[in-house]
Amino acid sequence: MDFLTNLINGISLGSIYAIIALGYTMVYGIAKMLNFAHGDVIMVGSYVCFVAMNSLGLSPLVGVLLAVAACTCLGIVIERLAYKPLRQTASLAVLITAIGVSYFLQNAAQLIWGADPKSFTSVIPFPSVTLFDGQLVISSVTIVTVLASVVVMVLLALFVSKTKLGKAMRACSEDKGAAQLMGINVDATISMVFGIGSGLAAIAGVLLCSAYPTLMPTTGAMPGIKAFTAAVFGGIGSIPGAALGGLLLGIIEVFTKAYISTELADAIVFALLIVVLVIRPAGLLGKVSHEKV
Amino acid sequence: MGMLGNLRKTTRSHILTYAIVVVAYVVLQCLVSTHSISYFLGGLLVPVCVYVCLSISLNLVVGVSGELSLGHAGFMSVGAFSGLAASICLRGVVGPDPLRLAIAIVVAGVMAAIAGIVIGLPVMRLRGDYLAIVTLAFGEIIKNLLNNLYLGVDANGLHFSMESSRALGLQRGIVIIDGPQGASGVDKLSTLLAGFLLILFTLTVVLNLVNSRTGRAIMAVRDNRIAAESVGINVTKYRLIAFVVSATLAGMAGALYAMNYSTVVPKKFDFNTSILILVFVVLGGIGNIRGGIVSAALLTLLPEMLRSIGDYYMLIYAVVLIVVMIATNNARVRSAFDALRDRLRRRPGDGPTLSAGAANGGGTHEQ
Amino acid sequence: MSSEDRDKREPMGDVGDAVLECQHLGIEFGGLRAVNDLNLVVGRTQIAGLIGPNGAGKTTVFNLLTKVYQPTHGTILLDGQDTARMSAAKVSKAGIARTFQNIRLFSTLTVEENVRVGLHNQVECGMWSSILRLPRFWASEREYHRRALELLDVFGMADNADDVAGSLPYGAQRRLEIARALATNPKLLLLDEPAAGMNPSETAGLMEAIAHIRDTFGVAVLLIEHDMELVMGICEKITVLNFGEVIGSGTPADIQGNPQVIEAYLGKQDAREGGE
Repeated sequence: MDFLTNLINGISLGSIYAIIALGYTMVYGIAKMLNFAHGDVIMVGSYVCFVAMNSLGLSPLVGVLLAVAACTCLGIVIERLAYKPLRQTASLAVLITAIGVSYFLQNAAQLIWGADPKSFTSVIPFPSVTLFDGQLVISSVTIVTVLASVVVMVLLALFVSKTKLGKAMRACSEDKGAAQLMGINVDATISMVFGIGSGLAAIAGVLLCSAYPTLMPTTGAMPGIKAFTAAVFGGIGSIPGAALGGLLLGIIEVFTKAYISTELADAIVFALLIVVLVIRPAGLLGKVSHEKV
Repeated sequence: MGMLGNLRKTTRSHILTYAIVVVAYVVLQCLVSTHSISYFLGGLLVPVCVYVCLSISLNLVVGVSGELSLGHAGFMSVGAFSGLAASICLRGVVGPDPLRLAIAIVVAGVMAAIAGIVIGLPVMRLRGDYLAIVTLAFGEIIKNLLNNLYLGVDANGLHFSMESSRALGLQRGIVIIDGPQGASGVDKLSTLLAGFLLILFTLTVVLNLVNSRTGRAIMAVRDNRIAAESVGINVTKYRLIAFVVSATLAGMAGALYAMNYSTVVPKKFDFNTSILILVFVVLGGIGNIRGGIVSAALLTLLPEMLRSIGDYYMLIYAVVLIVVMIATNNARVRSAFDALRDRLRRRPGDGPTLSAGAANGGGTHEQ
Repeated sequence: MSSEDRDKREPMGDVGDAVLECQHLGIEFGGLRAVNDLNLVVGRTQIAGLIGPNGAGKTTVFNLLTKVYQPTHGTILLDGQDTARMSAAKVSKAGIARTFQNIRLFSTLTVEENVRVGLHNQVECGMWSSILRLPRFWASEREYHRRALELLDVFGMADNADDVAGSLPYGAQRRLEIARALATNPKLLLLDEPAAGMNPSETAGLMEAIAHIRDTFGVAVLLIEHDMELVMGICEKITVLNFGEVIGSGTPADIQGNPQVIEAYLGKQDAREGGE
């Protein structure tokens, strides 16, 4: 039963990583940049939901919707103000700018909400599910997290493969110049991707804080790095890769903590990432791109 | 004839870089000797030297070799803890403090070099963002391991454990590293003079390496890997050389850093510190050693100076960072600056860069 | 099969005097045979041409010879030495140098530095000597400078030694690439479309230069070129490639009369008309 409990917890944590990693990978695919501020968008989303529920007394569902709306706008604004002016330049410059945005969001959050941790009330007000005569207890947060991430992934997959906007997004990822010639509004498409990615981050943030209810300005940093790792693990730029990478990372992390060592879990997870990359230099589902000679 | 001109140009650039370091040191040393420096600023002198060294060494990877490294603080921490362990072990064995510091720094360099080889060897075939993530992962692994490392010394020699300080089984010895609590009771051996000498050392190693057969090979690989292979350059070897030399120098700086404080915790050397060093390099102009030195010094002092503004200082720091990045990299803003500069001075400027080659492309090659 | 036979009977393919000998060389990309069963012999100090329609696999042959790609079949003998399993860098040391169709210079380095990088394995100086600035370092730097300028002089570029390579005009970049390749002291020089983008007078100059290079440096030259005047004018032997296979090989006169070659270039209809 321990095994099953751990597996379920791993899938749940992995689902959260997967949702965050999707945002990373979509942005990387289209803008070819590592958006280091992505983790902090998670934190902002959680605070918005926290304020909506605790200060304004709104229902959890409204809180989540508000968080998603706020983060979508935030993502679009960040892209327009900080990243768009640098679109033609070297990726390192954009990376540092993203780090600047990350500092900004963390410190702005600290000024607004203070540095002390807030206790986040779970957005899922259901009791836990008990199975096998109490041997297996699954919290409602876990179930909702897994379900939510499945829904998110299916919707995203449909969006990317079936809709016109999704096709525009893929076209821009392949070749911005050609996409522009085909009449696609590249700027709007990139904005849209940042918006979607940040909206996903808000969902991930709320789920994360429902499961691990400590909220502070640096809450997003570590999950951000982990999810970024997950995106690379799966093959950055690949949407199924991000989902797979996130899930695997969550499961591996939970199992490492349960069976090997709690303290060394991070080291083991990251070491595994290195091993995977050494064997498959473009991640699990990534394509190795060959330079044309 | 051409070479003499060329040599003179790069040499002139180097002399200016060394001169800035020497003058800055002389001025600061005078201020310190006459006690006309605030206690607060005085405490920042060694860290400034440390960050200058780190900036120079990271530039070797990011600027010269053209690879993104997000784990420089990892090498710094390897150096920090091995250096302070060495200094504690040598307590009473080696008399003069400066000598003990020097030995500790050398030990730190060796250990960081080993770490650089261990991490670099398997991953040097990775490129771009994938190499970046591996360096990030490495930094996190080192931090995590050091958080769980217990090291002690007694009459029987060194003891180490991954469980607790009690598991060391020391007999009247001292615990050097106590897991997440890090090292305490470190001898404060670092001085401004030591920092200055380490900067000179780092600078000399990097500049001499860059302007040599080895450095040209590293830059050739950066500019065009396939062409470099086609003229017989072992790409992996030269990427590894840049990586390991950079790691070694970072480790030495780490030792200097550690021995400036009585307590050092592993948490200090996290991802944010790696990023901080990267910011120095990028803001100073990638590949521009002198720029990296200046930005490391200014940016180490800036947040402390901004502190007087109050709660908003980190927010302002973030905004300054974003605005500077956009202002220096956006094509439109840049061409406006260039036009302005051309109008101000007619003669072509000597880029404050590594070599004549990097002068014209150093800031833009990293794609 | 027939092409193989032709190679064996080929007058200048005297094995004893060959600098390069490829047998059954081939590569597959996911089932697609980009180059198939290629037999190619280049004589010592010979100027040979590799021609064929677009997409015939000519550059792929160069990439196989210089190990940008790992061949899936066949052998490569350079001066009797098997280079098929060597790394790209080792192949350079063994004596094959090349230029690239899309110029690949070290664009942020100066012209002289580009040639110095080409001299990398000719003038040794270890890392420690460099860092410590030992006498050895200064001696090697003088040697680098002397040899680099000597080479640049041959290409009329000594005055541009301090210019940044990326800022050179197109023609000069092509010449610098050849100079850099020659700096590696090769036995065989591969030129990938050296005349691309040149006007007729520049092309004429290039033809002279190639002959001059062969005579001065004693290298064999294998070149890919679409400019038939250049190919027919300087190549002593021509190999024609189509769909990754050799369809003809011989002297310029042989090739010009070869019906298969004419067909490949002009299509079947025209070929028959030409034959009538």
